[in-house]
Amino acid sequence: MARTAPNSISGDVALPASARRAAVDEAARRRAWRRNLIGYLFIAPWLFGFLAFTAIPMLGSAVLAFTDYNILSQNLKWIGLENFQRMLFNDPRYWRSVQATFSFALVAVPLKLCFALALAMLFNNSRKLVYGYRAVYYAPSIVGASVAVAVVWRELFGKNSPVNQFLAQLGIPTTSWLGDPATALWTVILLSMWEFGSPMLIFLAGLRQIPGQLYEAAAIDGAGAWKRFISITIPMLTPLIFFNLVLQMIFGFTVFTSAFIISGGTGAPLDSLLLYSLYLYQKGFKDFQMGYAAAMAWALLVVIACFTALIFRSSNSWVHYESGDER
Amino acid sequence: MIATGRLNQSKSAKEAIRTVLYHGFVWIFGFFMLYPILWVIASSFKPADQIFTNVTALFPRTVTFDNYVQGWAGFGGIPFTTFFKNSLIYAGFGTLLTVTASALTAYGFARLRFAGQKFWFTLMIMTLMLPIQVQVIPEYILFAKLGWLNTFWPLLLPRIGGQAFFIFMIMQFIRGIPRELDDAASIDGCNEIGIFWRIIVPLVAPAMMTAAIFSFYFTWGDFLHPLIYLNDPRLYTISVALRTFADPSTVTNWGAIFAMSTLALIPVFVVFIFFQRYLIEGISTSGLKG
Repeated sequence: MARTAPNSISGDVALPASARRAAVDEAARRRAWRRNLIGYLFIAPWLFGFLAFTAIPMLGSAVLAFTDYNILSQNLKWIGLENFQRMLFNDPRYWRSVQATFSFALVAVPLKLCFALALAMLFNNSRKLVYGYRAVYYAPSIVGASVAVAVVWRELFGKNSPVNQFLAQLGIPTTSWLGDPATALWTVILLSMWEFGSPMLIFLAGLRQIPGQLYEAAAIDGAGAWKRFISITIPMLTPLIFFNLVLQMIFGFTVFTSAFIISGGTGAPLDSLLLYSLYLYQKGFKDFQMGYAAAMAWALLVVIACFTALIFRSSNSWVHYESGDER
Repeated sequence: MIATGRLNQSKSAKEAIRTVLYHGFVWIFGFFMLYPILWVIASSFKPADQIFTNVTALFPRTVTFDNYVQGWAGFGGIPFTTFFKNSLIYAGFGTLLTVTASALTAYGFARLRFAGQKFWFTLMIMTLMLPIQVQVIPEYILFAKLGWLNTFWPLLLPRIGGQAFFIFMIMQFIRGIPRELDDAASIDGCNEIGIFWRIIVPLVAPAMMTAAIFSFYFTWGDFLHPLIYLNDPRLYTISVALRTFADPSTVTNWGAIFAMSTLALIPVFVVFIFFQRYLIEGISTSGLKG
């Protein structure tokens, strides 16, 4: 029954098959163990950072959201859903901050993307100096989020400011941009648009990959510039529009520095600059209501997750991927 | 013959006009784009009486350096030397940590095979979408309990995990390196650490450079973390110092504020001028956010 091994000359036949398999298994296990060790060695810094400063804090803030915790008095009290109830029903400022944030994100993000695309189209050519232009137009984006620029912005739109002087020269009535709740948010929107550089460069990279033949074929068919833009450029760019939209939306919901500096940390006038992150900061680090702030943070996370999911879900119907190009 | 020549001529004339219009538009629009930056630089050289009388001018009638001298003196007896030093410490060590950790992790995810790899990779990608607001409160409590408020530890230590964006970007670069190079080195007796150090790092240096520049910008401009962790003015970074310095309720010397704002922007622009090639290529190839 037991088939004699044809190669009975070789030495290892002396070992029974099971023992041989065990030795092979043992070696494989040792190799796998070593492989895992090396793998975890390389990702160890990230893993530590992730666990210590992302995962555990997030769980911590999920617990905190159901408590009333004041870090100064070290007083921690379990209050169940009270923070969320207060947020939804008993805190008009919370809703004003939600409203300001939505007004900001829903206006600033689309405007910024359109602006970025328009400029990418402008620089998608091989004219002289175009590389230099790209760099110069990108420059505001590297400083746009800084305190220094926010301070400058506040002065640009102040009462006796360059913007007002310029408008006065054109005969346009001037206003106190930062004093009027109707216009204050627009200054922050404008500052965010000013940082259009990264989406512009991403669009530019996408534009360069659109095959020229597509445009030539469309031109032969008699399509005008606008028609070509709508039926070739936009569909070909949809993967990048999608990408930029997700990133900029997250960014839009979490803007902090510009609103903080321009409103002096208060969200004034009339809470029109009280963006969500700013209100969260006030609750957590001014009033030291850590539990409430943690609840706010989780609500923000849920809203961002919903919006991201929405964009991802809808992407099937509007994002166009080249066939055979798996991303 | 003559007719086509004329046609070509009018065509090239049209083209010339288009070129002039194009460059004209880009220059004029670019001027408006850069105006805020040019304006703060110009204002920083204007004498106090001109800042709000000769507002829009980009060329001060008389140039003065007083604003810089007065501004550098800082506030509360602490000069801007201290704030710049603090910012350099934070941005320098922060960047070093971030980029080193990101490169190690990127190599681990891109080239090595180990149990649970997919799981951790998915989690890492998910952190891309995480607003820092969710972490900042429990992190603050943690560091407060450890007694590390008013130190640089809460600012630097979390950077030991690298940054998901940079990890992803460096991974994309590593994937472009032929595996045969790794195999050859392995046959020559290199272990993974040797492969990483001798093969991968030199080849992904441009990507690490891009990550370093971005990391430097983010850290130099970071406002939220220094704001919550540093309450002692002697530890202030430029961002928080400028915020205190330019508090609208106490400010009198605007020239000094403009001067210090200008100085705060200089390191960023210097890095940009020298390394913009890395930046622009980095964003274009990997879609990194700025």
